[in-house]
Amino acid sequence: MSSNIPRFWRNLKSRYNLIGTKCLNCEEVHFPPRYFCPKCRRLSRLEEFKLEGRGEIVTYTVIHTHMQGFEGQIPYVLAIVELSDGPRLTTQIVDCEIGEVKAGMKVKSVFRKIQEDGEAGLIHYGYKFKPIK
Amino acid sequence: MKVAIIGVGLTKFGELWESSFSQLFVEAGISAIKDANIDGKDVEAIFVGNMSGGRFIDQEHISSLIADHAGLNPIPSTRIEAACASGGLALRQGVMSILSGFHDIVVAGGAEKMTDVLIGQSTQTLATAADSEWETFLGMTFPGLYAMMARKHMEEFGTAREQLAMVSVKNHANAKHNPYAQFHFDITVEDVLNSPMVADPLRLLDCSPITDGSACVILASEKRAKEFTDSPVYITGSGQASGTIALHSRKSIPVVDATVNAAKEAYKRANMEPKNIEVAEVHDAFTIGEILAIEGLGFVDIGKGGKATEEGITQIGGKIPVNTSGGLKAKGHPVGATGVAQAVEIVLQLRGQANGRQTDADMGLSHNVGGSGGTAVVHIYEKG
Repeated sequence: MSSNIPRFWRNLKSRYNLIGTKCLNCEEVHFPPRYFCPKCRRLSRLEEFKLEGRGEIVTYTVIHTHMQGFEGQIPYVLAIVELSDGPRLTTQIVDCEIGEVKAGMKVKSVFRKIQEDGEAGLIHYGYKFKPIK
Repeated sequence: MKVAIIGVGLTKFGELWESSFSQLFVEAGISAIKDANIDGKDVEAIFVGNMSGGRFIDQEHISSLIADHAGLNPIPSTRIEAACASGGLALRQGVMSILSGFHDIVVAGGAEKMTDVLIGQSTQTLATAADSEWETFLGMTFPGLYAMMARKHMEEFGTAREQLAMVSVKNHANAKHNPYAQFHFDITVEDVLNSPMVADPLRLLDCSPITDGSACVILASEKRAKEFTDSPVYITGSGQASGTIALHSRKSIPVVDATVNAAKEAYKRANMEPKNIEVAEVHDAFTIGEILAIEGLGFVDIGKGGKATEEGITQIGGKIPVNTSGGLKAKGHPVGATGVAQAVEIVLQLRGQANGRQTDADMGLSHNVGGSGGTAVVHIYEKG
């Protein structure tokens, strides 16, 4: 089902440039960005924070039964990556053989096409991660 | 706390192409009302669990639909949604409505009609239980999330791939004795390990199926229950907890915090401990789910669930039989109905009506999870 463009457009900053938030009260960095620090709640003082885009694979899976919009990509690797700045995110791991991927592997962010919303819909771009060799 | 279950009803679980959503709910409801030996006019309210009528059958406003089709207008009808935990939450809302003194007799039910859409669409709909913007958007599927929990569990605790498969093998064996179950055939560890890969390391036979079905229970206050039965089953504990919607934000990937917290509340309310539980229905949407559940519920230590499964403690005849109904894996998983169907199985077990899968239990537990652990709900049952 196609969605209206602002739904994606409002997230572009974070998806393109890994912009998260940092709470000045507790120093915690969040990604995706938050509007409220879950730890400090009303004492939250949030500001934008650009993540370095480097980290380490915590765990991963190889997707064989894909979601719509990911036709032609299977099998693909999805991982939880712990970033050097603190937060963890879910991301595809690319530019390597599937068999090379393992927990603890050092990775860095790259800018890639994520998915296509049908033949006439938007083409979505954003972050994926690749091994640091 | 003490709320009686005086009646239970189920539809057959499976690919029920001849039945519509409302037909399923009415069928389960009528059999629960008959089982309770009450009349429709005794029912004061309906609570119904349903994950995604909107996406599965293009129908929201499920609450009105079922009250109307059940002939129960004008009593209040309320839909509860928490992905795959919708049924468990509907049960809890029913329990709370009685404990508050607001009602004396209510229906708590759940229903899902999943086979009216094509398989790709059902995968897509189930994935809405995850974080849509930061997991699903990037290509994550529901089996993918559980696969990551499985891999982490295997790496951190040495859980073997075969031990995961043993969950499916056990649950298929149990389902053979459950006439309502979707599958009535045995599988072997080799069958699981040779089935198609879905999300590495999880294969097709690690995953619960797409299922149509409905389940209902009739809840009553302790006082009113005695009018209808001498031996009700009582719910004596209830707990519900929330966890992060995205798996990546979880403190520990192979521990479902929400399960641990919901169980803590339920045990406290029932004044029970894990060792008192004699039969349990847990959320095995994927094989790893059952292992995470028996750990989170305190039946075994964290990390020991795979080994415990291999040792047979969760089999019928073992120390704590788990998923005697066949579980989500083999009984089927009509998402909104699942939490209530678990309660039905525990009631049958405690009443001694579980036929070939009967255990010798006076105390049971049910455990229902939404998403990868964003919601968990636990109930404790005692024979009256």
